[in-house]
Amino acid sequence: MADGIEADIKVMSVLAAPKARGLSLWAMLGRRLALGLVLLWAVSLVIFAGTQILPGDVATAMLGQQATPEAVASIRQELGLEQPAAVRYVKWLGGAVTGDFGRSYSNRQDIAKSIAPRLKNTLLLAAMAAVIAVPLSIGLGILSALHAGSWIDRTIGLVTLSAVSLPEFFAGYLLIAYFSVTHFWLPSSATVSDSMSLGQRLVVTLLPCLTLVLAVVGHMMRMTRVALLNVMASPYIETALLKGLPWSRIVWKHALPNAVSPIVNVVALNLAYLVVGVVVVEVIFVYPGMGQYLVDHVAKRDVPVVQAAGLVFAAIYILLNIVADMISVIANPRLRHPR
Amino acid sequence: MPDHTPSSFLQPTRRRLLQNAGLLSATLSAGGLLLPGAARAQQAAPVKGGHLVLGLDTASSSDRLDPAFYTEAYMYTVGFQLFNTVLELGPDGKLIGALAESWEAATPDASTWVFKLKKGIQFHNGKELVAQDVVYSLNHHRGEKSNSGGKGQLLAVTDIKATDAHEVTVTLSAGNADFPAALVDYHMGIGPDGGDFDKGVGTGAFVLEDFQPGVRALTKRNPNYWASDRAFVDSVETIAMSDATARMAALLSGQVHIINRVEPRALSRLSARPGVQILRSQENTMFCFPMRVDAAPYDNVDLRLALKYAIDREELQKSLLVGTGAIGNDNPIASWNPYFAKDIPQRPYDADKAAFHFKKAGSPGGIQLSVSDNGFPGSVDAAQLFQASAAKSGITIDVERVPSDGYWDEVWLKKPFVASNWSVRPTADAMLSLILQSDAPWNETAWKDEAFDKLLAAARVELDETKRKQIYHDLQVKLVDEGGELIPLFVDNIAAASDKIGGYVPVPGGGDLSGYRITERVWLNA
Repeated sequence: MADGIEADIKVMSVLAAPKARGLSLWAMLGRRLALGLVLLWAVSLVIFAGTQILPGDVATAMLGQQATPEAVASIRQELGLEQPAAVRYVKWLGGAVTGDFGRSYSNRQDIAKSIAPRLKNTLLLAAMAAVIAVPLSIGLGILSALHAGSWIDRTIGLVTLSAVSLPEFFAGYLLIAYFSVTHFWLPSSATVSDSMSLGQRLVVTLLPCLTLVLAVVGHMMRMTRVALLNVMASPYIETALLKGLPWSRIVWKHALPNAVSPIVNVVALNLAYLVVGVVVVEVIFVYPGMGQYLVDHVAKRDVPVVQAAGLVFAAIYILLNIVADMISVIANPRLRHPR
Repeated sequence: MPDHTPSSFLQPTRRRLLQNAGLLSATLSAGGLLLPGAARAQQAAPVKGGHLVLGLDTASSSDRLDPAFYTEAYMYTVGFQLFNTVLELGPDGKLIGALAESWEAATPDASTWVFKLKKGIQFHNGKELVAQDVVYSLNHHRGEKSNSGGKGQLLAVTDIKATDAHEVTVTLSAGNADFPAALVDYHMGIGPDGGDFDKGVGTGAFVLEDFQPGVRALTKRNPNYWASDRAFVDSVETIAMSDATARMAALLSGQVHIINRVEPRALSRLSARPGVQILRSQENTMFCFPMRVDAAPYDNVDLRLALKYAIDREELQKSLLVGTGAIGNDNPIASWNPYFAKDIPQRPYDADKAAFHFKKAGSPGGIQLSVSDNGFPGSVDAAQLFQASAAKSGITIDVERVPSDGYWDEVWLKKPFVASNWSVRPTADAMLSLILQSDAPWNETAWKDEAFDKLLAAARVELDETKRKQIYHDLQVKLVDEGGELIPLFVDNIAAASDKIGGYVPVPGGGDLSGYRITERVWLNA
């Protein structure tokens, strides 16, 4: 698996940085960003196409059981749904490029303004989870790798794998049952508002944050362990060992830099997941993040909102992957010189 | 779950944590909310003050404050904090004046209605309420351009006029003795003339402080509120909690005082917890399987009867509602309605009669029941139980599971045999003309019967109670014996609250949570 990801990265590096030997980091970054933009445009097309395929339209979805033909027709006209899809798409894209995502079909609110606080909440929760989960899982991964096969390794493996195997909603309910309902230590719902200080936010967000940590630690920890073990099995580590270098120096100086790129990529995947895939956790903990916002508007066929949220998610995803690639390259200069 | 051992040394910690969280600002100082074990006696006299917190489902980030666009419990409850209606339903299910002090039919055929408004009522912005505000607010739901959910209630209105500074006259195209009941509808909130309803300015008991669609609404007590015997708490926070388990946890951990839609399955466990009271609104929703009587094979009365006999209502009540609610008799009029026909015998589950009518109908095939849990919660399970009980009479029901997404658009009113549900309307006329009048847009059984329509229209203008009762009785008999509505269950709305909440009264026909006006009716005992 580690090799696979590494190979992928190499392929991508080759695509992005052909021929030029020793391409500068900045040039590489520029290329990646440009490719990212193209990708983002493609994503916008796919999302738009997807929202068109969904059954029903915004007018009927908004009115639900209360839809009468007259009400539906008047909403359609008001929102300009009579225009062909292509025209609506081009209009919207023009606005989005200038930072204007337009107004929501269903509640007429400015989308950019509605998204901003929710995006902030989502990023805060993801950041909190990442700050705990990334060092924890890498630390545990290194510990496991160094003690491969021992009881430490097995215990860590068992615990983190069990945590991953629990569905998030179940892990969340267990935490609520213990920390909120039985012991009253932490609030069960994480309703944050602007009037809260950062400290207060951290307290109310702790349970969802822990739920997310449980969900992602296992994956990152396993990857760290495997990547490190892979490298540790190579001949040059043996040489270093025979040369008499101390363990710590071998691990930190020689093994880890070569294991960084698969680890960083898995970390990036999990960070992206923390941003885009936490709807369930948001619902359980009543956390006003992007996920629920997106789901609500998908249910209402609110195409502009779905597009905007989809684009934001895609941008975050692409950005995180670019960062991961760049870190791999910095940590392992060989990737800058494709053979 | 580990046993709960109350450890006193932990309390300062958790109290501080919660305080830090700023979730229970005012009530927390009392500390009592945090002790679920401390049963406290209900105080009969209202208590002023406190910060009331509700955790309700059905909020959406696409919600608007404009009453024309309310579709669900969350916005009803927020809306009634901000807006008043001209009339309200009282605890006995009868109309009471809210913004109106009196109302009467100005013509004997009940086609013109005059509403006299109370004087000295102020909007949140300080403007005094006059008749023109009511005219503007009701016209908000009328006309071709209106896409209000309340449009259907006012279709018969031909004119709304301010006949005096505090008098509104409504003219109808045909008489309707029940017309005033349309004005209690959640959509009929009154705002200032020419104003923007999305700003949330009304005459309600609470003034809007903050509204984040799909997240929460925060309101403060309106110091100039016109009703002196209501609105006891200082502020109300209505938090969006779409997950049933999250609502229960929030109630049990003392983060909220009131939650709605408790699942019947969780009822016994929840009511066993100390410090929790159950708030019931009886038979406020009906669960039904409408059959389109214009589509084969449902166009055959005997087949409809066969299906009505083949469903085991008591089994459904046991498994879906865990014994709460009541079984239905294919009659859309709830048992608490004054016009409910008590003498119609309850139709039992009878496999033999079902088989008899099925044969008489020619034992047709192709009975396909299309369900998703959007039809009514648990309708997929209900359909499978129905399938099993019908099989005993040789009736094959093919249960088609359809996606919940787009259900009301693609399946309901389109497929001939589906699952549906209705909030029970406050009057017999409202309920029947909503779904069983020939030209009703939501006529889900395609029930087109001229005689039925005529009787319904006659009852509407009949001011003699005995005659009116007889007409409604005959209509119910017809529906039970011939109608396309298969109504197995009437469901209680079950909410739950901390036992600190006092003053709760259910409003029959008004929906859940005291007709969604719970925030101005209850108080917080210290």
